[in-house]
Amino acid sequence: MKKYIFPFLLAAIGVCLLLAAFLAPFASSSPDGLERVAEDQGFLGRAEGRQVWKSAPVPDYEMPGVGGSGIATALAGVAGTLIVFGLALGLGRLLVRGRSRPGRPAAEDAGESIPR
Amino acid sequence: MHIPDGLISAPINIATAVVSVGVGAAAVARARRTLGEKNVPILGVSAAFVFAAQMLNFPVAAGTSGHFLGALLVALLLGPLNGFLVMAVVLVIQSFLFADGGLTALGTNIFNMGIVGGLGGYGLFRLMTLVLPRRRGVFVASAAVSAWFSVVLAASVCAVELALSGTSPLKLALPAMAGVHVLIGIGEGIISAVVVSLMLGVRPDLVLAWKPQ
Repeated sequence: MKKYIFPFLLAAIGVCLLLAAFLAPFASSSPDGLERVAEDQGFLGRAEGRQVWKSAPVPDYEMPGVGGSGIATALAGVAGTLIVFGLALGLGRLLVRGRSRPGRPAAEDAGESIPR
Repeated sequence: MHIPDGLISAPINIATAVVSVGVGAAAVARARRTLGEKNVPILGVSAAFVFAAQMLNFPVAAGTSGHFLGALLVALLLGPLNGFLVMAVVLVIQSFLFADGGLTALGTNIFNMGIVGGLGGYGLFRLMTLVLPRRRGVFVASAAVSAWFSVVLAASVCAVELALSGTSPLKLALPAMAGVHVLIGIGEGIISAVVVSLMLGVRPDLVLAWKPQ
């Protein structure tokens, strides 16, 4: 039985988007492991004002210009999820392409490649 | 454990960046030869899942949270080098678009989470599969244990880097980083086990490390 990738893909990306949109706004805002250790041991301050790349469009996972931090987080999460999905997919396509030779039966993977 | 700018010394950031680029090049070379058409969408979905799940900080102790890493999980789904590519994509985007993880520490973050966490955790997983029976339950349990290990190992290496950078002495940084990530790793183990279990249920053919008897 040939298994199709598209339904799985759709379901999986749907789950990712739901996580980003509806769970991310309720994530714990406490410092993470490294931040906690940095705070406890007094070296968090060493990072202050040392940020090199200051043009991140969505700092701290909050979409700027959106009222309500929950919605801002949800939007940031959805945007980021789609961006990394697209980039990793693009990278994968790039890596696989160029290998397929003209003589190779093109239909081999037809059921498993995603529609363009 | 995304390290910001200012905590890791330049020599370490450079050394880890060089190693990360090297592993990245090896991963790209291998993927060009062996990545299956079928795995390309999984590459995308894995990156999306890692990104989304990393946003879900869960509390581990009073005033401390942790989040999923995903390096071991993607190594199981796609193989260790393809998994590394997924982690690298996520970490680069987090740093450039979300200011999560400093630009100068990008090499160190990719090294810690992608290489140490991903390849280290995968190494333990392979060792376990050598000695344990090839059963689904065992596979899921091994995934959970290696996922836990991947987080503790990555955090420990991070502590060593902090010490080498003169940021915090090893005798303080190591027990603190390992200690808190022993807890965070439990979350990693649970999430990895749940996802692997679901995948084996619906699409075992998409779990590359799964080789039933």
